[in-house]
Amino acid sequence: MNITDETIEYVAALAKLELSSEEKEKAKKDLGSILSYIDTMNELNTDNIEPMSHVFPIKNVFREDIVTNESNRDTLLSNAPKQKDGCFIVPKTIE
Amino acid sequence: MDLTSLSALELGSKIKNKEVTVEEAVKAQLEKIKAKDKEYNCYITVLEEEALARGKEVQRLIEEGKLDSPLAGVPVVIKDNICTKGVKTTCASKILYNFIPPYDATVVEKLLNAGAVIIGKANMDEFAMGNTTETSIFGETKNPHNTEYVPGGSSGGSAAAVAAEEAFYALGSDTGGSIRQPSSFCGVTGIKPTYGTVSRYGLIAYASSLDQIGPIGKNVSDCAAVLDIISGYDSKDSTSIKQDSYNYTKALVNDVKGMRIGIPKGYLGKGLDEEVRTSILGAAEVLREKGAIVEEFELDAVDYAIPAYYVIASAEASSNLSRYDGIKYGYRTEDFEGLQEMYKKTRSEGFGNEVKRRMMIGSFVLSSGYYDAYYKKALKVKALIKEGFDKAFEKYDIIFGPTAPSTAPKLGESLSEPLKMYLGDIYTVSVNLAGLPAISLPCGADSTGLPIGLQLIGKHFGEKDIIRAAYSYEQSR
Repeated sequence: MNITDETIEYVAALAKLELSSEEKEKAKKDLGSILSYIDTMNELNTDNIEPMSHVFPIKNVFREDIVTNESNRDTLLSNAPKQKDGCFIVPKTIE
Repeated sequence: MDLTSLSALELGSKIKNKEVTVEEAVKAQLEKIKAKDKEYNCYITVLEEEALARGKEVQRLIEEGKLDSPLAGVPVVIKDNICTKGVKTTCASKILYNFIPPYDATVVEKLLNAGAVIIGKANMDEFAMGNTTETSIFGETKNPHNTEYVPGGSSGGSAAAVAAEEAFYALGSDTGGSIRQPSSFCGVTGIKPTYGTVSRYGLIAYASSLDQIGPIGKNVSDCAAVLDIISGYDSKDSTSIKQDSYNYTKALVNDVKGMRIGIPKGYLGKGLDEEVRTSILGAAEVLREKGAIVEEFELDAVDYAIPAYYVIASAEASSNLSRYDGIKYGYRTEDFEGLQEMYKKTRSEGFGNEVKRRMMIGSFVLSSGYYDAYYKKALKVKALIKEGFDKAFEKYDIIFGPTAPSTAPKLGESLSEPLKMYLGDIYTVSVNLAGLPAISLPCGADSTGLPIGLQLIGKHFGEKDIIRAAYSYEQSR
């Protein structure tokens, strides 16, 4: 499969990645050969086959909505790259 | 006597019989790690002080009669994608280089309740994506059988640690073969349980519909004993499945009389190394002589397992890894302007090449216009692969074959050609797609002395069948 510059840029944007021009060229080549190989799936007739996301028929697993853990805000925040006064610090998102 | 050469159960029993204290065992293990790990690099973190203190505590609990697990006091290494409270858990990635989980994974909690001493965290391929343990930001792990070769992956640190006697046993995770293939390359035993048997709570997600935690040990008995501890229903994992019995050590029976064993013809065909084939067929002969009925058969749709796997796993990875945004935990880039650039730079600097590649494949196959042709198609192929196995298990109790098409490759040979590397997963990925249990155990070595692994696949919840067959084979070696 031939991957264009536009496709790579689109896919990188979806994955929130910034690629150098070298990385773009490499990604074009790799994705092309991997997707060509993936295309061999088309040899297999899957007409009338239901797509299967989970092997076991489990769905809608519910539980009572009861809080079982304690508040550990400070521990959680201690992993943040930037934090202040019990909040995550993020770049300004509105003008 | 070198304690580290004991199996986990042997050590556990010596501790129970007061022949060895937990502290002595921990000290012996730490010394071995100090002596060997500079060379092999199995560990990302070694918990020296913590393990010694924990050793004292466990010894006391055993003496007070509060711990009766057969593995109480035995040191264990945990793969570094399994959360350990207060202990750095990195996924071998820059993006989580300093992450300290505020909670224990369910498996860790269960091990601690059984008296385990966590001795450290094991090296791995970044985010468990890879099969050589060369993509870790902490450097590659080397195969203890020959340091010019890879240990396999992604649980390469776990398997190599067990092989090098740097750990009595280990936990790994298996999304497409990441427990079985390194076990095979390092000459140790590893089990990938049925999907839903072991809780994934606290396992940092790669491809959630395929991920499963399992044990790696020196022999089948050790793995069964660990599985006894870590398995079980967990309400914190919505894909956890309640089962009647979690007593796997009960299946350690040396008897395969009448057991029906099928070998897929495709597992012995093109691409399989000649020495591996000979060794595998030799193992089949052993089981036949012990009374098993062994025959070859055609396994449907399995040729398409690798393409389906890479579509599904990459799609789930691209979704799961979108959480790394430089805000809540882990790495954040230094210089940026605005939120979007912070996301992009953080992720581009924080993730390695293979992780980026899979996130891009995943984003592509899920993108509008390609979703049906790739993602939906792969889910249909998955359905056919499961159907193929269902049909096979109407005739056979277990499916038998190699774990990997060859023994370990040399360091540095795999990463430049990702597609070729992916093809190395040919015998393992279908098991994850179908949610089946499988074990890899040693069945010989090639002419250069590198171990060969035998894979036994069971039906859903058929862990006991594969454990019994594996144990029987092991007893005859």
